[in-house]
Amino acid sequence: MLLTLEHVSKSFGDPADPLHALQDISFQMRRGEFVCLVGPSGSGKSTLLRLIAGLLRPSSGQILLGDEPIRGPNPRVGIVFQASNLMPWRTVLDNVALPLELRGESKARRYEIARAQIALVALNGFEHHYPHQLSGGMQQRAAIARTLVQNPELMLLDEPFGALDALTREYLNQELLRIHRAENVTILMVTHAIHEAVWLADRVLVLSQRPGVLKADIPIPLPRPRTEALFTDSRYLTLVKQVRAHIDRPTVAGLSSKMP
Amino acid sequence: MTNLPRSLSQNPRVLRLARILLGASSLALFLLLWEGLVRWQDYPPYILPGPGDVWARFLAAAADGSLARHASITLVEVLGGLVLGVSVATLLGYLLAKSPLLDQLVSPYIVALQAFPVVALAPLLVIWIEDSLIRTMIVAALVLFFPVLVNIIAGLRSVEPELVAMMRSLQATRWQMFIKLEAPFALPVLLAGLKIGATLAVIGAVIGEFVGADRGLGFLINLAQGLLDTPLMFVALFTLAAIALGLYGLVSLLERHLLAWKRAV
Repeated sequence: MLLTLEHVSKSFGDPADPLHALQDISFQMRRGEFVCLVGPSGSGKSTLLRLIAGLLRPSSGQILLGDEPIRGPNPRVGIVFQASNLMPWRTVLDNVALPLELRGESKARRYEIARAQIALVALNGFEHHYPHQLSGGMQQRAAIARTLVQNPELMLLDEPFGALDALTREYLNQELLRIHRAENVTILMVTHAIHEAVWLADRVLVLSQRPGVLKADIPIPLPRPRTEALFTDSRYLTLVKQVRAHIDRPTVAGLSSKMP
Repeated sequence: MTNLPRSLSQNPRVLRLARILLGASSLALFLLLWEGLVRWQDYPPYILPGPGDVWARFLAAAADGSLARHASITLVEVLGGLVLGVSVATLLGYLLAKSPLLDQLVSPYIVALQAFPVVALAPLLVIWIEDSLIRTMIVAALVLFFPVLVNIIAGLRSVEPELVAMMRSLQATRWQMFIKLEAPFALPVLLAGLKIGATLAVIGAVIGEFVGADRGLGFLINLAQGLLDTPLMFVALFTLAAIALGLYGLVSLLERHLLAWKRAV
């Protein structure tokens, strides 16, 4: 198993009156798997991702990468955030090469690796552009390339295409599947779009409203490579319905509170 | 034909020429009004010298080397004060932006120091610090310190938490966090602070020289006043303005260069 979560809980704030974000989450991921995590807003999806990335510590339980417990940010785990988080003063090339720069790689070496990843996300020709010169979808592709240069075993994506229009999003999902295949990387992706999760994943995990507990773990036995033809396939539609049945309807409380 | 004036007004070279011409004519107008006032009221040079008198005095002071000697002293004080004030403000600003505890502990004193007229502190520094060059640098540093500090804290606090999370996920060290993220992020605000600081340092240096110095442009103003050499006072004043403008221009150039990425289209 590449990733193991054992009874992971996370609460925030005042210990006397804590806000329980996640409660008793346990699941495992195999190497090479593509898992999507869905749930209503405020279900702690982003919190769970940040726990796995080592940016937050669980209040109880443990997270193992292979056999090693995660104690902090780790080069084996890469995360792509909701916003592209590119540095506006750096070109695409320097943004993508940033993880290698922090590791102290020589300029020649890090540009060589960065250029290869830029080509993989089909941004070649834009190496010397600044982020504000790119579209939102291109910025997110640069962010994915920046995560890929670290050569992570596990890539976490936190609703990376959430802010993009439907067509761009669909295109980037296809790109993501292509990258998943090409790089043989393990992916855990947060999304709130059920149809997207079913189309992409080998498994869909459903989180409940706060406190987030794991409500369902649904295997998606659809053949790969996945194509648009699936969108009208009855097996696909049945699975979408099945996942949807597990999701809590958003309540006013769930919508009005945004998790940190 | 109707398109010609429009295309001319959009030509950058024409625009630059127009700007230079405008600046030159405003200067000419200013000199003309000044000369007119002197002639109309028939002021003697020790009350209000005309532009011609000041120019002649400038040439004389430049020729005997006294202007360059005093101006270079003041320039050293201004630069020294700027480096001292900005580096202490940067260091303290970083600590205050990072540590809420230190912020609560130290901030009241900094605000109190700001409420304190530094001009009133200068005579005290005369007692404490013998070397007038160093003393004047410290006065200059004190005058620019607070506005620059406020800018630095504002700049460092504006760093996006999501970018910090991204850097942390890449295992950035504290130093890398500062040099790769916080410093470039705060740079525009820091440069704005440096512009204010550069002009304030000139004011600080003059105050420092007024309270006790035997060199520098501030001293020269005092000296000329004693001699009723009003044209020389004007020469010193204009030289001070030139130093302030020159420093401001240098920071603006630096800004253009460092923030060039903003203009990429």
